[in-house]
Amino acid sequence: MANSARKGPSSLTIFSTAFVLLWIVIASFPFLWTLWGSFKVQGDFFSKADWRYALNGTRTLVETGGQFTGAGYAGAWIEQEFWRAALNTTIVVFFTVVISLTLGTLGGYALARSGYNYAFWLLMIALVFRAMPHITLVSGYLLPFFQWNLWGHLPTTIIVLVAINQPFTLWMLHSFFLNIPKDLDESAMVDGCTQFQAFRYVIIPVMWPGVITTGLFSFLLAYNDFIVTAMLLSRDNQTMVPAIAGFLGSTFEEGNVMFAVAAVVSTTAPLFVLVMFFQRQIVSGLTAGAVKG
Amino acid sequence: MTHRSFLMFILPSLAAMILFIALPLVSVVVQSLHIEHEQVLKVTENCGPFGCKEETTVDAEATAALRAEKPIGRFNGLGTYFDRGHLAIEDVATAWAERTSLSGFFSDLYNLPLYKAIAFTITYTVVVTPLTILLGLMIALGVNRVTPILKGPTIFVSLLPMIVTPLIGSLILFWMIDAQGIIGKSLQFIFDDPELSLKASPPLTWITLMTYGVWHSAPFAFVVFYAGLQTVNTDTLEAARIDGADRWQQVRYVIIPHLMPLVVFISLIQLMDNFRVFEPIVGFSAEANATSLSYIIYSDLRGDTMRFNSAAATSVLTVLGVIVLLLPVLIRTWRDFKGKVV
Repeated sequence: MANSARKGPSSLTIFSTAFVLLWIVIASFPFLWTLWGSFKVQGDFFSKADWRYALNGTRTLVETGGQFTGAGYAGAWIEQEFWRAALNTTIVVFFTVVISLTLGTLGGYALARSGYNYAFWLLMIALVFRAMPHITLVSGYLLPFFQWNLWGHLPTTIIVLVAINQPFTLWMLHSFFLNIPKDLDESAMVDGCTQFQAFRYVIIPVMWPGVITTGLFSFLLAYNDFIVTAMLLSRDNQTMVPAIAGFLGSTFEEGNVMFAVAAVVSTTAPLFVLVMFFQRQIVSGLTAGAVKG
Repeated sequence: MTHRSFLMFILPSLAAMILFIALPLVSVVVQSLHIEHEQVLKVTENCGPFGCKEETTVDAEATAALRAEKPIGRFNGLGTYFDRGHLAIEDVATAWAERTSLSGFFSDLYNLPLYKAIAFTITYTVVVTPLTILLGLMIALGVNRVTPILKGPTIFVSLLPMIVTPLIGSLILFWMIDAQGIIGKSLQFIFDDPELSLKASPPLTWITLMTYGVWHSAPFAFVVFYAGLQTVNTDTLEAARIDGADRWQQVRYVIIPHLMPLVVFISLIQLMDNFRVFEPIVGFSAEANATSLSYIIYSDLRGDTMRFNSAAATSVLTVLGVIVLLLPVLIRTWRDFKGKVV
């Protein structure tokens, strides 16, 4: 409503701006505060004496001789071997996204192009599957996985995450493929392509915007997962989120909290970068389901 | 598309879903009908100077062998569902028979683990969903009015609470509301109560968890509503203004009806997500004051003795809950679909 003819009374604009600014503070302050605090010692992060310690770094100055300290990061990444968890996360996330998208594009394309009733029912079943709490599925896996010695390995977790991801990926890609005109692949098939050739030579070159958006959400699901990774991975294969939860077991040992704080900031940083670069795609992905589905 | 090529395209995806979503659900049902083997007892005769005594001891070896051979346990029918850790029909019946007041009955019920979890899960779902929609709508209407320079940064910042790992988001807030954290200290100052702790009492813990829930999900509602606002028909708005509608009436009679389909969509997604609330409880270490259905399954599955059967029974009950939750949507979609066919 930028149109000046429709500008309302200025008091309303001021109120709106104030409200939006308040929301910006509510949304961002926790992150800024934790980022700032992660370079302090525990005595400043949790200010026993005076909250201004966190700003001035009074205890940090006493304990380390500087305003800022990287002790939390050193402790987490080196002493507690958080790099191992980061590496595991990279592996799990990469393969989950690639496999999810491969299966999802094929399935989503089929659902978008099939006019039969069963395509509709499959989408409905996928919706029900999407609503299943992940922990109920995990409680189904655990016993068989223990029996068949599948428990604890990265590939098992990747496959499980791919499967849990499928209902959502199918829905999203299905609605993207509906937007690609049917005429494109139909004319290719009139020219003698098989269905697969039409998909390969006509659809694949134009599907990337939708695939990238869906990929972002697959990435978030795999990266943010706690339940599956915490329950299905052995200690050596742990990813970042369960590793942070592990730090908390010994929380109130002096200094250990700062390891967790540093790990939390390290884990959040890639998400920041992601939002910065892909804001447009994330927004369009969130609205795609609503507007089209 | 022919049936054959449809099948070829969908097969990998379908196989993944059948193997890792449908079969686990079957596995959960089967597990919930079984219970761990009882310990194998053996009777030995112990002879001392004062005669012989029969002694019953646990045959650890045989027990371990039996458990290894048939890990799923022995068939127990619906026993697990009705025991004290789940539906607890006996305790409920006693509580009902001995009730002095209705609230007394409910507080007895609240002492049973499953009912405690149900109480929190449902309250959380019912409270957080509408508040999320309301806050999201307010932010969207606000952002729609501010200067264009502010819009980009607002959307960027707004996405953060939603996109950050739920466990991490709740941990960040947990540290801030700690009695020594910045929010905790501020609250102590505002209410002039140096002993105030948000972790101490159940009501405060519930409020904290729900506040986190709204903070986490409002961005989603905001983004969807904001996109919806860009497509409001300006002619209708213009006409309403000419007819003398004030700001509030424009929102109430033009904008909100336009956004109604989005409200339905957001409610659906939020109901599904809020019903499985789990990570905040771990992040806020709130399990003493608030447990959810997902949390009690999780706590059954960790620790030294994993109670698969107990977890499975709760899982089945949870899945039934999800289906009840989705039933209105499914029925509506089915009607629409039938309407199209006929």
